[in-house]
Amino acid sequence: MSLAEYAREHGLKRVGAREPFFEYLKHAWQRRDFAYIMALYTNQANNAKNRLGRWWIVLLPTIQAGVYGLIFGVLLGSTRPENFIPYLFTGVFLFSFLQGAFASGATAVTGNLGLVRSLSFPRILLPANAVIQQIFSLLPQLGLLLVTLLAFQQPLTWAWFALIPIVLLMVMFGFGLATISARLTVHVADLNKLIPFITRIVFYVSGIFFSMEKVLSGYPLALQIAKLNPVYVYISLARGAVVDGYSMTAELWISAIAWAFGTLIVGLWFFWKAEERYGREI
Amino acid sequence: MAAKSKPQQKPVVVVDDVHIVYKVFASGRRATRGSAGGGLFARKLGLREVHAVKGVSFTVFEGESIGIIGSNGSGKSSLMTAIAGLNPVERGSIYASARPMLLGVGAVLLPAISGLKNILLGGLAMGYSRKEISANADAITKFAGLEEFIDLPMKTYSAGMSARLRFSIAASRDHDILIIDEALAVGDQEFRNRSEARMRELRDNAGTVFLVSHSMKSILDTCTRVIWIEKGELKMDGDPKKVVAAYNKHTGSTTID
Repeated sequence: MSLAEYAREHGLKRVGAREPFFEYLKHAWQRRDFAYIMALYTNQANNAKNRLGRWWIVLLPTIQAGVYGLIFGVLLGSTRPENFIPYLFTGVFLFSFLQGAFASGATAVTGNLGLVRSLSFPRILLPANAVIQQIFSLLPQLGLLLVTLLAFQQPLTWAWFALIPIVLLMVMFGFGLATISARLTVHVADLNKLIPFITRIVFYVSGIFFSMEKVLSGYPLALQIAKLNPVYVYISLARGAVVDGYSMTAELWISAIAWAFGTLIVGLWFFWKAEERYGREI
Repeated sequence: MAAKSKPQQKPVVVVDDVHIVYKVFASGRRATRGSAGGGLFARKLGLREVHAVKGVSFTVFEGESIGIIGSNGSGKSSLMTAIAGLNPVERGSIYASARPMLLGVGAVLLPAISGLKNILLGGLAMGYSRKEISANADAITKFAGLEEFIDLPMKTYSAGMSARLRFSIAASRDHDILIIDEALAVGDQEFRNRSEARMRELRDNAGTVFLVSHSMKSILDTCTRVIWIEKGELKMDGDPKKVVAAYNKHTGSTTID
């Protein structure tokens, strides 16, 4: 009798074996507190490093939006989109969430190898923790955005409530993105070097500070392709909800829902496939 | 083989021909003769394979406490992390009746937050509910002997203090299979006595304990069986006194400590 048969006969299970997909997700869900508490404490620890602490969560994007507003506002001159400041702030804040989810997802496993090698838990909690941290930064930014909107005399309408499902869809998309980047950097650590460039490119092609419709008005095909970009979709939808002069179209909603569910499902599955691999050297 | 001589006992861990291989990017500059990759002056960046564990097999039965000995770099810790399911094996398999819990000096918690918060976080990572941990937090703190310091960030702790906290978190609940990897070496004498007592308690509650240590004294004090691993291979497996004596002869030590 081989050892394997002997082990099976006594009801032993193979250690570290990957669970079936839905069981894995169920287990991860049972341990969600870990991802949440870890995100909370990591945030607290990060904030404790500076004198201004958590104010930086709001200060940093404000400064960033201010700098972009100043530079692009002047540069673009009369080609500025309507309602420029609310337009820009919506773009910059939502973009910073998606960018953060992608970049912190990339280091979620590779940056926590110590944890991965000392405790066993569903590894998907690591990208989940990364995304929860980004949500903690996003919430005060959304508050700031609403204050800005009121300050610029945007009329308060029922459409603002559409921001809730939009943010939910965006979080789903961001989590999917984080799980994908988390696994990719495990296979190819070099990808971490390229991430700043990827996010830069996406920043420039997503119409954060300019109007894609205006710039690409002479090229209908290019505009069609550019509109498939999920970052553009979420930001445009949010602008449609809160910024005066922009509207939410059915096309945008369909895109937003498709990207959210598609990316999340692909991401979860993709991450789960390599569950046994995390913690290995290369 | 142990599996065949004691068929009436219930096995809890079966290690079946396990190989562990690490692949690392390393420059091929090795001065040793006869090794692949060229001599001292070859400058190439190559993928190097380190064969840490080479075909180890053994079976562990319920209620045993196993001492694992061997020199540094012999593959003890690699094997233990593999048993805990944290380190994928290249070939072979490891079977266990429950998920083994590894407790090592390398266990990383968040250094910037307080010891108390780390207790909560460590407990959650191990799969306990928030309620269970809050109920146990005081006992864990007391066991670690860190009552005065528990609200300070863990980065202010000494190596011994944080190792004590980690041990206390992991040992706070009964595990069916517990692996302790040199975690006790850093604690002071008082803590060592307390943790050895706790280990015996864990073992008596039908748990199985693996202890990796360089202290032959604590191996002889706590273990019922010793496995000696040398250069990734199982060199000896059996009665603690015999194996430790052979190991001491091999290393050239005359006293047992």
